[in-house]
Parts: sequence; C-alpha cells; structure tokens
Amino acid sequence: MVNRYAPWRYFLLVLIVVVGAVYALPNLYGEDPAVQISHRVNLIDEAELSLVQSLIDSENIDYRSIELEGNNILLRFDSEEGQLRAAGDIRALMEATDSRYTVALNLAPATPEWLAAMNALPMYLGLDLRGGVHFLMEVDMESAIEKSLQRTANELRSFLREEKQRYRAVQSDSDRIAIRFTDAAARDAARLVLEEEYRDYVFTDREDGRSWFIDVSYNETTLDEERRAAVEQNISTLKNRVNELGVAEPVIQRQGDSRVVVQLPGVQDTVRAKEILGATATLEFRLVHGSFTDWSAAQATGKAPIGARLYTQSNGDPVLLKRSVIATGDQVVGAASGIDQQSGTPDVTITMNAKGADRMAEITRDNIGKPMAVVFIEDKFEFEEIDGELRPKRRTDTEVINVATIRDQLSKRFHITGLDSTREARDLALLLRAGALRAPMVIIEERTVGPSLGQENIDRGFMSVMVGFALVLVFMAVYYKVFGLVANLALALNLVLMVAVLSLFQATLTLPGIAGIVLTVGMAVDANVLIFERIREEIRLGNTPQAAIFAGYEKAFGTIADANITTFIAAIVLFGFGTGPIQGFAVTLMIGIASSMFTAIFGTRAVINLIYGRKQVTRLAI
Amino acid sequence: MAKQLITNFDFMRLRRAAVILSAILLTVSIGSLATLKLNVGIDFTGGTIIEVGYEQAVELQPIRELLQDNGYDDTIVQHFGSASEVLIRLVPDPEKDKAEVSSEIIRLLRANSDGRVEDRRVEFVGPQVGEELTEDGGLAVLYALIAILVYVAFRFEYRFSLGAVAALIHDVLITLGIFSLFRLDFDLSVLAALLAVIGYSLNDTIVVFDRVRENFRKLRKKTTIETVNYSVNQTISRTLMTSFTTLLVLLSLFFLGGEVIHAFALALIIGVVVGTYSSIYVATTTALALGISRSDLLLPEKEGEDPARP
Repeated sequence: MVNRYAPWRYFLLVLIVVVGAVYALPNLYGEDPAVQISHRVNLIDEAELSLVQSLIDSENIDYRSIELEGNNILLRFDSEEGQLRAAGDIRALMEATDSRYTVALNLAPATPEWLAAMNALPMYLGLDLRGGVHFLMEVDMESAIEKSLQRTANELRSFLREEKQRYRAVQSDSDRIAIRFTDAAARDAARLVLEEEYRDYVFTDREDGRSWFIDVSYNETTLDEERRAAVEQNISTLKNRVNELGVAEPVIQRQGDSRVVVQLPGVQDTVRAKEILGATATLEFRLVHGSFTDWSAAQATGKAPIGARLYTQSNGDPVLLKRSVIATGDQVVGAASGIDQQSGTPDVTITMNAKGADRMAEITRDNIGKPMAVVFIEDKFEFEEIDGELRPKRRTDTEVINVATIRDQLSKRFHITGLDSTREARDLALLLRAGALRAPMVIIEERTVGPSLGQENIDRGFMSVMVGFALVLVFMAVYYKVFGLVANLALALNLVLMVAVLSLFQATLTLPGIAGIVLTVGMAVDANVLIFERIREEIRLGNTPQAAIFAGYEKAFGTIADANITTFIAAIVLFGFGTGPIQGFAVTLMIGIASSMFTAIFGTRAVINLIYGRKQVTRLAI
Repeated sequence: MAKQLITNFDFMRLRRAAVILSAILLTVSIGSLATLKLNVGIDFTGGTIIEVGYEQAVELQPIRELLQDNGYDDTIVQHFGSASEVLIRLVPDPEKDKAEVSSEIIRLLRANSDGRVEDRRVEFVGPQVGEELTEDGGLAVLYALIAILVYVAFRFEYRFSLGAVAALIHDVLITLGIFSLFRLDFDLSVLAALLAVIGYSLNDTIVVFDRVRENFRKLRKKTTIETVNYSVNQTISRTLMTSFTTLLVLLSLFFLGGEVIHAFALALIIGVVVGTYSSIYVATTTALALGISRSDLLLPEKEGEDPARP
C-alpha cells in the first residue's frame, strides 16, 4: 500500500501557505508615528498638502513621508518628538484658518506599498494593547421623549393659533401634552382640526369640572421613531465632538436600543474626553417677563404667572422668563470663544442657521428696549434606587448667565457674555459647534488603558505566545520524532494562517484574543496527537507502516471532527453573548479551530506522504 | 491479534472511589459557593478600579489617608505588580458610582504627588451594566450546555449526552468552587475561561465517547464495563498528551502573560486538570449509571443482522 497525494493537493497546500504568509507579513512591520489632517466637510486637496509641506520644511522638522490618503493628509515621522512638534505647528496654522480642520496624532502601519496594494494590512490592535478609552453610554430615553413632547407642544401652539382655535394653554410633561379649553365646544372644534392634521398622535378628552382638556400622546410607532432618532442624532453629535477632540480612528457605534459604544484609541487626557462626550450644555434665548417685583413675588410664592417660568440668575437673584423660546442651541451653526472687547471677560460669538436667524431678527426687532436672557442648561446624573433597581436619574441645572437689554435687531451673528472662565467659554463654543445631544447620555461603563500599560500588554502577550509555542514544539519533537517535527510544521502554519485570517478580516486583536491564540496553539496539537496515537496503535496491531498511516488518519478523522465541532459550538455561544473582549477571544478560537483542522489533517498528511508515501518503509519514526 | 497495549489499567475498578472523590469536591465547592460566595469583580457588581503608576515605589498608607480625607471612605488600596504601581478599588456605592469619580481621584493623586502619576487603567462599570452581565453570563453558560446537550444527543445517544453535560457541570462547579474557596477574583475574563473550559473538557469527553462507540460496534464479546475500560485505556495517552501540551501553554500565559491575564490562565489551568479527570470518570460513569449498553449504539442497518443483544 502506498500513501500518495495528487499533485493538485500539493499545489493547493503551497498556495495556501504563500497566501497565508503574504497576509500575515504586514504584522511584522510595526507602526510609524504620524499626524493625520482632515476636514469635517471639505475634501482635502493638493493645495493643502503643499501648504502643510512648506510649513514643516520651514520649521525644519524631519519627516519620513507626506501623502494624500483618502480624505486625509498623512505625515509619517521617524520619531515621536518630530510628530509632536509638527502636530503643534500644523494645528496652530490650520485650526486658526478654519476650526473644522482636525489634526490628530496617529500610529500609521508601516506596511510596504506592494503589500498594501494587495489589501494586506496588519491586524488592528485593540484598546487594551494600544491604549485608549472605551465608553458605553446610555441615552436617557425618558428625557428624549420629554424633550420631543416640548417641541411638539410648541408646534401645536402655533398650529392652533393659525387655525384660530380658542385654547387657554398647552402644557407638556413627561409623557403627554395637555391642551386646556374653557368650554366643551372649543375643545371639540379643536379636536377635529387636530385629528385631521396629526394622524400619528393619540388624542383623549378629559374634564376636571372647571376646564376641558385634550391629552395628546404618541402612539407606539411614533415613540419608537423618536427613540431611534434620539440615538441617531446623539451618535452624529458624538462624532462631531470626537472630531473636535482630534482623535484618529475613533469607533462610535450603536449597541442595542439605547446605548452607544465610543472607543478612542490613544487618547491621553481621558478626563477631558469624558467631560466633552457626556456634556449636554446648551443655550436657550428667551424674553424676560415682568419686572424685579414680579420676580421676587414669584420666588416668594414659588408660583410663576401663566406663560412664564421662574429661573435663577448666576448671582442668585430670581428672574421670570417667557415660556416660549426665541432660539435654542440646536440652531447654532458656528461658535467661537474669545474675549469681549468692552468688558474683557470671556465671550462666545455665535452664528445661527437661517431659521434661527429669522426668528431672532423678528423677535428682537419687535422688542427693542426690552430685556432678553441667555439660559445655560446642563444635565447632570445621579443614581437613584427605584423598586430595588438602580436607575440613573437626571437633574437639569439651568442658569441664566446673562440678562441684557435688546439695543438693536439681532440676526445671524452675535456675542454672548457672562461666562465664568475662558475654559467654560471654550467648551461651550465646542459643544455648540458640534451640535447638541438630543437627549442626555450617561457613561455606564468605562475601560481606559494608558499607553504604557498597552505596550506592556503587547510585550507580555507576545512573550507568552512565543514561550508556550516553543515548549510545545520541543515536546512534540521529542515525543513523536519525525512525525512530531511534521506536526510542528503544521503548528507553525496554523499560527501564520490565524494571523493572516485575522489581518484579512481586519479583526481587532485584544489581550483575550492573544489568549485565544495561545489556547488554540495548545489545543491544535490535539488533532495530531489523536492521529499519531492511532498510527502507533495500528502498528502495535501488526499493520504495515503504510497501512498504519492510512488507517490512523482515516480513523482519527471522525473523532477530530466531532470534538472540534462541539468546541466550535461553545465558541459560537461565547461570541453570541459576549461583549468586546470576549468576542475577540471567541473569534480567535473559531478561526483557530478551522485552521488547525486544515493544517493538522491535510497539512501533515501531505508532508508525511511526501516522506514515507512513495517507498517501502519498514519502520516509522513515531 | 493485539500484541499489547501500552496501558491496561482497570480504570472502571476505581469508579466508586472516583464517585466519592467527585462527591467530596462537589460538596466542598457548592458549600463554599453557598457560604463564602464568589469574590466577584466589578464587571458583575459595578464599581470602579483605578490603576496608577508612580515614578518610584510609594507607600500605601498616605494614599489611603488622602482618599479618606476627601470622602472616599470605602476604598481598597494595594500594590499591583510592583511597588510603584497602585490599584485602588472603590466599594460599589450607588450614590457615588459615576464615571467622574475616577477623574476626581486621579486629579487628587496628581495634586498630592511630586512626580508624575500616570493613569494606567480605569475600569468603571455602572450598576445596571453589572447586573445585566451577571444575567447574561449565567445564560451563556446555560445556552452552551443546552447546545452541547442537543448536539451530543444527536451524534451519539441521549445517555452519553447527559454524561457529557454532567461532566461539564462538574468541571464548572469545581472551578467555581476553587475560586470561591481561595477568594480569587472572579471577573469577566474568568467567565470567558469558564466557557473555554466547557469547550475543552467537552473535546476530551467526545474523544473517549467516540472510542466507546467504535468499540461497542467492534468488540461484541466484551461486557459493557470491559468495553469502556478498553476504550479509556486506548485514549488515555492522547488525553494526557493533549492536556499536557495545553498546560504547557497555559503555564506560560500564567507566568509571563501579566497581571491582567492571571485569573484567566488560572481558571483554565484548574479547568483543564479537572476536565481531564472528568472526561475519564464523570462522563463515562454517568453514562454507565444511566444504563448505556451496546445495543444503544449499534448502527441502525446492523440491528436487523444481529438480533442477539447482551
């Protein structure tokens, strides 16, 4: 009996070895310190490229290369020192001309071009290996709905006014809007026009003896729609904020119904990142109601007159403001912090969008000589126990930062003052630029890894893989001799293939991922052990070497398949339930199982056949 | 025909002893889990862990006092890895558990140190996340067991399937028991390790079962016990070899992989050792106790040819 493989099988094996090696190769090249320049809106072109290049040349900073890569300029350096110096200079130049430029520090893979051309790129290192911040943020849905109801209430007010319906008040709370009427006839008339116009809302009549009401609430579809919109708008706002922070390759993704994952590789100042991401600070512009005596009276009784609401000024004095809002922070398209020329205090210059500017112009024109207030609104969170369950509870801090008399008609651009510090002015400008969060968010999970710990994790992970691998190789060679060496070849190929597949998928390599690789190395031997033990057994049974090889592989196959499929099932369950790190482990385990089946059965058989298959053998070195 | 086997050990003779050993281990484990409970980490309870690095070795007492003076009463402060690295653990407190706390503490430490204080690692898990994870983790183990139960029942026979799952529950409980008894930290990575243990131990069990099935079909003259014994003997060298190579790698992870991966490696080491033992004794013993016999595993088409049943 002879053991031979057809030539095409060898061709296939060689092909897989070559392809595997090529795609695993980029991981050996490491990374260059780099600076990445992009623009939030416009495409970057040659003009900006040469601008940056001449700046760097004039500053005499050594760099390795400069190129346009997609929508970025990528500048590579030999040292981190050059990278940091250049980033500072470029930031000063670019951000002064246009605040929508983002200049970010980055580690760019130093993959040679011929490899990159084949899409052969290194694995992406997880946050635990390169350092960075991972946040899980939860959108406060109750307040998203509450805010949406407030907007709808405003809309209903103007609709009823336009339709000339006699209503007394429109008031929104956390789950419905109540429209009050003085008599049943007015209510029934209003209900008819409302139902005609707003088909997605649920209208219910209610009376309390003195007044007649229509309660307006959302139906399930509208509620779902509002929730989805809240998460989506928050994600886009977060993206803008992250860009303002200058982070390269951020990940901002929705998770489940109400959560958002934010990953910021390489962020050094996590404290500031946290403040900026979770901040809900925004502005509202409102007209002032009444005079100081009305304000004090309202404070004493705790009751505001109809159409007004009681606020506190930054000096602690009370003030009444009109319920209807002139403009809000969402209508701001541009904001820059600076110093007010007259008072020397920090200020923010605001640019409104068309809709906001029109309304601002209209109201200020009609109210020249009257006071207007700027309200600063910020949501804060604390945890509260409700029915034994901990839920984040929102507390809204509102403060009137500025009350000033309208001297002139305002429109698109104007200044606001009254901020405590330049830092507050700068952060407010950033938040207004990036857009408001539709609903407040709270960080419910944080995992931060400093850069030095990341490097340590890489070194240790690499070391433990290498040592574990070497121990197994030595042991196999000693115990199974020639067959052991063949198994070692398969094991090495298995490692190469795993790295290649992970690189090809651009999977994220994490520390648990490395653990998965190590574990797979240990377990990958199993298939070969099964086969070799079978061959030994067949020889003991008196079979010829060729028959023993044949039967060994044949009989072991079923066992290997069964054992691996069950482990694979466990890995799938692991992946299905897992969060980031566990999924990383599960993915490497699955890839490892698949590639070890291939290398340990097909790979070793091919080599064994080559060594023993063609000749008359009397003894096997096993 | 057979010249000689490497081992011809009467494994099944020790069945009773194994039952007693397993019973003791399980009792101790369950007892410990019930009384001492698991030393679960913040992944499950919620809370905050901060790891900072100083430029040189630091004393812990001043840090403790500093934190206490600033209203952080319930903190555990310890060295981590080396004397210049400090791990601060905040006992979960629903009123104070917020992402901002870690920033405040790092600022506090920086303000009170002459040299640089580097934030090496911050882990904050909100109370609601922890609760979900405990639930999801438990469910994952349960789903894995059910999926395996179904697959093995489909490929072999339901009594084997129950045997395999009994072995897995045995392994998981004992690993958990050891973590509980020695007050080892049970975090997310240990849960992952536990699931890997399930996969590994199962692998071992399936190999033994596969042989039992093969031998039931081949060796008609032997009794059920003899067949099982013979099968275990045939697979024992493979079982030990694979466990040994896996342990080599795990030991390398344990000693060289760094603090973060310590608990993970340890859970797997315990799991592999217990899993090796259970695939020989617990899985087969359970299947035997449930009355597995040759006829249950004969191929359907052969049943007609061979009506004689032992």
